[in-house]
Amino acid sequence: MSGPLLAVENVTARYGAVLALDDVSLHVEAGEIVTLIGANGAGKSTLLMTICGDPPARAGRIRFDGADITGQPTHRIMRGGIAQAPEGRRIFGRMSVLENLLIGAQAVAVDPGPELARVFALFPRLEERQAQRAGTLSGGEQQMLAIGRALMSRPRLLLLDEPSLGLAPLVVKGIFAAIRRLNAESGLSVLLVEQNAQAALRLAHRGYTLQTGRIVLAGTGRELLARPEVREAYLGG
Amino acid sequence: MIYGLIAVGYTMVYGIIGMINFAHGDVFMVGAFLALISILALGAGGIAAGPAALLLVLLLTVAFTALYGWTVERLAYRPLRGSFRLAPLISAIGMSIVLQNYVQIAQGARVKPLEPLVPGGITLLTEAGFAAQLSYMQMLIVAVTLGVLAVFTWLVTRTPLGRAMRACEQDRRMASLLGIDTDRTISLTFVIGAGLAAVAGMMYLLRYGVIDFYIGFLAGVKAFTAAVLGGIGSLPGAVLGGLLIGLIETFWSAYFSVQYKDVAAFSILVLTLVFLPTGLLGRAEVEKV
Repeated sequence: MSGPLLAVENVTARYGAVLALDDVSLHVEAGEIVTLIGANGAGKSTLLMTICGDPPARAGRIRFDGADITGQPTHRIMRGGIAQAPEGRRIFGRMSVLENLLIGAQAVAVDPGPELARVFALFPRLEERQAQRAGTLSGGEQQMLAIGRALMSRPRLLLLDEPSLGLAPLVVKGIFAAIRRLNAESGLSVLLVEQNAQAALRLAHRGYTLQTGRIVLAGTGRELLARPEVREAYLGG
Repeated sequence: MIYGLIAVGYTMVYGIIGMINFAHGDVFMVGAFLALISILALGAGGIAAGPAALLLVLLLTVAFTALYGWTVERLAYRPLRGSFRLAPLISAIGMSIVLQNYVQIAQGARVKPLEPLVPGGITLLTEAGFAAQLSYMQMLIVAVTLGVLAVFTWLVTRTPLGRAMRACEQDRRMASLLGIDTDRTISLTFVIGAGLAAVAGMMYLLRYGVIDFYIGFLAGVKAFTAAVLGGIGSLPGAVLGGLLIGLIETFWSAYFSVQYKDVAAFSILVLTLVFLPTGLLGRAEVEKV
């Protein structure tokens, strides 16, 4: 395989009349954790959704594993090896935990058995609560479920949108450890959107900062942590 | 019971795409006509009435009506997905008028009779000149309805398709993020709903023996009432609502006046909407976020 796993090239996207992404380019190599940091409304979530074709990119190109996926319908993109744990988790609250996980695997026609075992090994809490209605889980458990559901399709690229949002620091630590473990053990590539810039930059191999729809800075996690403008804007001085 | 079957179709489509399919009653009417045509065609083909012939009629009716359901969704609703809430509703009313007039032109406006195919019955008790009878036809309707509902419940709660349908109901955007083809799932929902309406149409034909192009309207509105009474979005609620509406009509006709039985049914609709908007088995929308 040549070239990056995911390449976003000069992508523009709109939400109604608002220009949400303006000529954005970034890439994720196979086996890499890349983080995207930026303030509220900078377009981070939009970028993740645009990679998934919802909304489709207005201009530019998105390639996954060398193939052009720009303009493809969302469900087809997601069957090709990308999975997302989206903003707000969006678990199916009236289904059981187990059903939420199974539905992650059904469209891509992978055998859910081994994936289920892997997810339960990563998040034992989900196994304990598999018969419970997902809507009654705590916030942290819901986040585990959202990640677990995404993993069920055996993706090569995992898009994570604000997994730390609204969670206690200890729970966040657990989730970040799980991401690190996934990446180290199975070489899963991750594109992580975070408000929690400090933790995200420590975890990631590389990072980008997004400001009002434009990529402003790019570099390794360590480089970005050291940049004064990053410290000022995202790390509280 | 027939109302229950139609009501399930309403509830299912409402539950999944949040839209009242006002053409559903007319799909039921089309189902009744297709059943009639199948019976006549099989009769002309020399196949005598019997359990096997009835089963064949059922299959033909369901297949062709399902095709209608698919077409209606494709033509009238899918292009409007993503537009404002009222648009598909208006389109549904339009579709209802189209179907009625189409059948009227194709089949004529006159009432179509059919001689009873399932005669006879058993007498439960005879007392002082009264006889309580249960016809085989009524038993057949109850048996078929329960059977269809059992299969349908299994489909929705236990199969991947059912899971995809429920996922589309709860969060369509997320469902597509999991690789689910939501358009296809919604199409299948309409197909299954139309299939249920077809069974109801055939049962209606067999029970009453007369159909015309207008039966869909009243049956549709009553089934809608049943769905609301049971709690719209709830499948067991739709069945319960259908039973209750049927019983209320029957008792009203027996004790008060037959002419006002529709008034009784629709008063229930008004009362339910005013005093019990979530219906008998409806769920209160409380979710932990």
